[in-house]
Amino acid sequence: MHRFANPARFLKIVRPLTAWLFWPGLILLLVGAGCGLFVTPADYLQGDTVRILYIHVPAAWLGMGGWTGIAVAALMQLVWRHPLAAVAGRAIAMPGAFFTAVCLVTGSIWGRPTWGTWWEWDGRMTSMLVLFFLYLGYIALANASARQGNGGVSPVTAIFGLVGAINLPIINRSVVWWNSLHQGPSITLRGSSIDNALLWPLGFTLIGFTLLFAAIVLMRMRAILAQNKIEARMQRLARG
Amino acid sequence: MNQWAFVIGAYALTFSGTAVISILSWRAMRSAEARARQLADRA
Repeated sequence: MHRFANPARFLKIVRPLTAWLFWPGLILLLVGAGCGLFVTPADYLQGDTVRILYIHVPAAWLGMGGWTGIAVAALMQLVWRHPLAAVAGRAIAMPGAFFTAVCLVTGSIWGRPTWGTWWEWDGRMTSMLVLFFLYLGYIALANASARQGNGGVSPVTAIFGLVGAINLPIINRSVVWWNSLHQGPSITLRGSSIDNALLWPLGFTLIGFTLLFAAIVLMRMRAILAQNKIEARMQRLARG
Repeated sequence: MNQWAFVIGAYALTFSGTAVISILSWRAMRSAEARARQLADRA
């Protein structure tokens, strides 16, 4: 990992990588969403609302995956002092918060016709809402430490990112630990309880959204690194 | 309400939000990199 610690070497790799992730991601996403909307059959019980699955599940995956990324970056920053880890943590926060919000909103829209309610204070929904608030706190802390001039996040923000990861297994196990309107785990390592006729477009949207997420994170990392360069040069010019 | 209204609402929110965050990130990257290049040329 320390091979990529040099921002110049990192940028040489990510400049072409950003487009390679973005465009295939967009194509996969559009194919998956198109098939999910117009090719797969309606569910025998839920009807057409089951089609929300193809955006809700990837959003949940990226909301949780984003915080996993923040926790890994925090660990790399605190333990190995990797110079790009702080930048990565800050770059992940905004898209992670966005996809957590998408998960909450699409879940709420799906809940109204399926459960008869927009919201229920049960374990899954509440722990996901807590994740969203954790993201907001992390973004506020990261912006405050960025103003101090290092471009990334402060060690305190990194510790917050690491401690916040305790919420991830709670989200994952919430439907097992507590009674919930939300269905139990339907996709596990042992297989899926969703019929293949409905399941297959989910692979497209899951990979598509993940590639787009990665591209967005790289764009934000590039913006932060360029901003760091600008600030360093401005300081040098000011000093004469 | 028709089930499709819920589906279309969810997809419209997700896709418009994804487009906005992608465009904002791309613009932030482009403008920061262009400014950094300009400053490098000046130095």
